[in-house]
Amino acid sequence: MSLALQRLEFSYPDQGFALSVPEIAIQPGESIALVGPSGSGKTTLLNLIAGILMPGKGNITLHDVTLSELDVQQRRQHRLRHIGMIFQSFELLDYLDVCDNVLLQARLCHEITIDDTLEERAHAMACDLGLEDKWHRNVQALSQGERQRVAVCRALLLDPALVLADEPTGNLDPDNKVAALSKLIEECRQHKRILLTVTHDHSLLSNFDRVIDIATLLEKRGPAI
Amino acid sequence: MNDLLYLSGQYIRHHKNKLLILIIAITLVSWLPIAIQSIVNQTAEQLLDRANQTPLVIGAPGSPLELALGSLYFRTQPPETLAFEELRKVEETGFARAIPLHYRFNAQGHPIVGTHPDYMEYRKLQFAQGRPAALLGEAVLGADVARALDLAVGDFVISSPENVFDIAGVYPLKMPVVGILKPAFSPDDQAIFVDLKTSWVIQGLGHGHQDLNSKKAAGQVLKKEGNNIVANASVRQYNEITPDNLDSFHFHGDNSRHPISAILPVTKDSKSAALLIGLYQEEREGIQIVRSQRVISELLDTVFTVRDYIIIGIAAIAVATAIIALLVFLLSLRLRQGERFTLARVGASQTQIFLLMATEIITVLLVSACLSTLLILATQQFGMQLLQQLLLN
Repeated sequence: MSLALQRLEFSYPDQGFALSVPEIAIQPGESIALVGPSGSGKTTLLNLIAGILMPGKGNITLHDVTLSELDVQQRRQHRLRHIGMIFQSFELLDYLDVCDNVLLQARLCHEITIDDTLEERAHAMACDLGLEDKWHRNVQALSQGERQRVAVCRALLLDPALVLADEPTGNLDPDNKVAALSKLIEECRQHKRILLTVTHDHSLLSNFDRVIDIATLLEKRGPAI
Repeated sequence: MNDLLYLSGQYIRHHKNKLLILIIAITLVSWLPIAIQSIVNQTAEQLLDRANQTPLVIGAPGSPLELALGSLYFRTQPPETLAFEELRKVEETGFARAIPLHYRFNAQGHPIVGTHPDYMEYRKLQFAQGRPAALLGEAVLGADVARALDLAVGDFVISSPENVFDIAGVYPLKMPVVGILKPAFSPDDQAIFVDLKTSWVIQGLGHGHQDLNSKKAAGQVLKKEGNNIVANASVRQYNEITPDNLDSFHFHGDNSRHPISAILPVTKDSKSAALLIGLYQEEREGIQIVRSQRVISELLDTVFTVRDYIIIGIAAIAVATAIIALLVFLLSLRLRQGERFTLARVGASQTQIFLLMATEIITVLLVSACLSTLLILATQQFGMQLLQQLLLN
């Protein structure tokens, strides 16, 4: 599933902010770092790609589905089904345990029925990320690194074509940052998922296939991996 | 929907202490005013019903309320007693038939009411087992007493001594149960009925002992002066009246001077009642006649006033509780702002988010309403008895 952004234009009413993206095409399995100063529109671009915001002009196409042709409900279902999201503060629900946090997106999606197969898949994914003994523990009792892995599990459970990560390693210590990001990139590459990550940490850029500077919309080529 | 209910359930489980406190507070403030209103109204209805069935009570001077409550419920003692001869005087007026009541004693907390057989007829009491008390020392139990003491016809009930430290006092009397009444749903269910003379025996005004004129008792007699015989303490007194010793029971002094607690005058009509009231208010000193309905109404007026103050107080607390609950819900919604944002970004619909947020409020209100309803039903079932016990004890 490829992602294509064509002549996107977006502005917040009365705020004087405007975002303009001429054209970006991302192939399945590619990992992209989205960089730029604060307020340059990185998170706004993620929200546009996720279908949370709608551009004033232009098109976003994910696997032949053009978001502007979908209504609100369809965009929501499309997001639940095909997009995984990881947030800087992980945004786990503190009244749920690891299992229920991982299954949250599935519970909200009408097209998905939570059965034993899905639960086993979630459990296997959590075990793979080193959360096997935390499966029924409340997320409040987890470390930052463990919370980040729960957020990754939640984002990847429904096998999304696109993973949008907004500073996913922002709350991790330097050692864990590289390990966590490498694991995420590797996982996405393995399953031909597009990974689009907002980051301020320039030390991590070398891990990505490409880097997009939102401020200048100057596309840079990352080092070959 | 099931998934949403599951998530809501998890939220409630995680915040159970906070929600439990809210539920208890809301349940209490919604239940209390209705419960108080309900039990006071029911109690008032029953008190007035009993008072209307017993329009007049004659007794010694003192608190009319104590006299009325004592004569209707057998739970308070009149400060003074009447002489039994007053019964004859009431009947001599020609305005009423008179029923004596003597309710000074009890057996394991249940009042022993000495009266005449007319009382059963007057109250329309019916027998579930056995027969009326015909002989001295026999007892008839109200339905609640029989159930509480687990007694049947053929068993015995023993009067409780007034003061266990009074060595020279009245001994308990062991009385055979000869009848058990059907439930009348009135204070009669909680009483033990005996003949008036039996209550005098319990008081020690009558007694039975071995024959001091017999040869067997010669060693126990200290001196004889005419009909008076003085014996030592080894003379055996009977604490149970049996066919064998019934003849030995006798009363010292003039029976007409023996005490009764009150008289229930049963008038033929309202004119007779008015004349009897007039007679007693104007001509009979040292005796009072009270109109039960008026006395009970005065008591209820006080109860209603207190009830109104309590309800106003609770209403103020309810308003404060509602405001605090609203504040808690608003703060909770604010605390869950991040959760709403996350859910929306992940893909939850506004309806799903609204339902998740509303479940907290709906659960608290629904559970409080259910608990409150259950408590109100329980209050309507048992609250009246409880309040009566409190009022009368």
